[in-house]
Amino acid sequence: MAESICRVLRDGALEGEHAPALTIKDSIASPFGFHVFSHVLSQLSSFLFAGKSQSRGLVIVSFSRSPSFYLELLKSKGIDVVSSDKRIQILDCYSDPLGWKDRLIEAGSFTALSHESSVSSTAIVFKNVKYMDKLYNSIIELGRGLVGGGRNRFSVAIDSVDEMLRHASISSVASLLSNLRSHDQVSSVFWLLHSDLHEDRVTSVLEYLSSMVASLEPLHEPANGQRGDLEKFSLIEHNAKKGKFHARFKRRNGRVRLMSEEVRIEQSGINFTSLSSEGAVNQGLAPKVQFNLQLSEKELIDRANVVLPFEHQGNGKPIQIYDGRRSLVDSKQERPVAVTEKVQTNEDSGRGEIIYFRDSDDEMPDSDEDPDDDLDI
Amino acid sequence: MEQRYSNLLDEALGLDQTIEPWPLRGRIVAIEDQVETSGSFVLHHLLKRALSPNSSNVSIFIAFSQSFSHYDRVLRKLGCNLVTQRDNKRFFFLNMLKLQCPGGDGGITPEGGLIALYGKIHETISVLPEISRKNVTIIIDDLSLMEVAANGSSDYVLNFLHYCRTLTSEFDCSLVTLNHEDIYASADRPTFLLQMEYLADILIKAEPLATGLATDVHGQLTVMNKGINYGQDSSRNKISNFHFKVKENIVECFYPGSRG
Repeated sequence: MAESICRVLRDGALEGEHAPALTIKDSIASPFGFHVFSHVLSQLSSFLFAGKSQSRGLVIVSFSRSPSFYLELLKSKGIDVVSSDKRIQILDCYSDPLGWKDRLIEAGSFTALSHESSVSSTAIVFKNVKYMDKLYNSIIELGRGLVGGGRNRFSVAIDSVDEMLRHASISSVASLLSNLRSHDQVSSVFWLLHSDLHEDRVTSVLEYLSSMVASLEPLHEPANGQRGDLEKFSLIEHNAKKGKFHARFKRRNGRVRLMSEEVRIEQSGINFTSLSSEGAVNQGLAPKVQFNLQLSEKELIDRANVVLPFEHQGNGKPIQIYDGRRSLVDSKQERPVAVTEKVQTNEDSGRGEIIYFRDSDDEMPDSDEDPDDDLDI
Repeated sequence: MEQRYSNLLDEALGLDQTIEPWPLRGRIVAIEDQVETSGSFVLHHLLKRALSPNSSNVSIFIAFSQSFSHYDRVLRKLGCNLVTQRDNKRFFFLNMLKLQCPGGDGGITPEGGLIALYGKIHETISVLPEISRKNVTIIIDDLSLMEVAANGSSDYVLNFLHYCRTLTSEFDCSLVTLNHEDIYASADRPTFLLQMEYLADILIKAEPLATGLATDVHGQLTVMNKGINYGQDSSRNKISNFHFKVKENIVECFYPGSRG
């Protein structure tokens, strides 16, 4: 399913349609959004380098990681950005987003250290993140620089919409994203969002702008109310390496398709597997005890077959309801009869039953009499 | 005895194996505590480890909450002399108790004050000799008071933290911050706290026990060590949880139920 997301981004925009846009959203309970983002980014870059994608270039707008991080990431996937001909450009909104370094240099209290040359050849530092229109122009300029004019298209990856929203209003961010996806040289756009940092309406706005939403949720939701320390800890531990991954595709005609998978964070990176059944999930969460909390299949069937003593049996036989009074009077004669009757009903194959013998006659049966009426109060 | 007890915390932070190169290099450690259980002892512990004689680590301490003599007394009990370390240029103390950013004309704006602070940190790091420049720990005590100094604007603090973060990728230094969880409890979206949790590579929470106060347990620590370093060792993703007891010159850490 994560593959189908990457395929849609690879295939890019249809003639006369907006470019496909993907929102990746997560929350602190399952903070694997960046893992998914890196996965999509590296998949798309390898399609790009293999010449399989519609886009001829990729612009990474990096807010939350340094450009050298992305170079390392892609290098570990076997893509050498620096030595290859220009396919990927990074717009560096990380190193100096507000121009503080410039201000300090002006004040004379700052000595900038030289950057590695490999980074500066693929990354352009952007120092004015408050102005979304300037940011938009820089992205388009970088993209055009990669693919040239004409009909060649490029993709845009934005690693944190949260940072943008911190510096600018939602309307200006939304207009930037909307302009990007409707630009006729953009092949696909995707961005990462931490949904719990914003109001719900912000998340909705961004979801409306995207044709696909990939959201991450914890596998186990914390139950309401107070929990013990140990339970809370085991819950955190369970959610630390796994999560639920939902993908929502919006078709052109408005049809929405929703799919779910399980993600696992492993040493080698992120792994997508089909969602394990709910039963296994519950079993995994139950505390490990020596006795069995769950019933086996056979035990479940047996339990379902038990006819409860006061249940209407409705099989034509007279209904025997033990009223407690009769046996007190003639228990000696009644008891064997009752037993033989039970044995008869037992012939119905496979049906469970409850046989009840009173321990002794000393035990007072239930009756309508008030047991306290001889008390002199 | 000392070794055994402090090891649980060190183990959780990856400080038990090696101290050189500094295991927290390039990482952000966020400590969150509550009124009942102060997390400052974790800060002291990290400072002590960073300044230990067999490492070449340099610490820059940005103090909003206490004066130098306070930290000096505490650390002296732990067996670390801050005055000597300061003279040896391994400990830089930036006293921010007086930092007030009232804004308005003439005065320093909140942003201006934080830019100047960032400039000072950058300056301190860049004049260090090459060898120790790679092993710098920046410690902020604490973020809520920084927010107060910035006129209550968490955006300025987040901008400042972002610039501190660029230092972690530029110089591979580590950033340790302390913040209080419960002062954000009433907000339905504790954005500032969440931002910090997203940023942090290691999150340490000091909480009281759910069962209430106890004499021999002062609280519990949950250490979430997220390792998302691609390409390098990404095996560090682990969570640990243990109880602690803060004593005069040592902090005892132990697993729940392992001590009478």
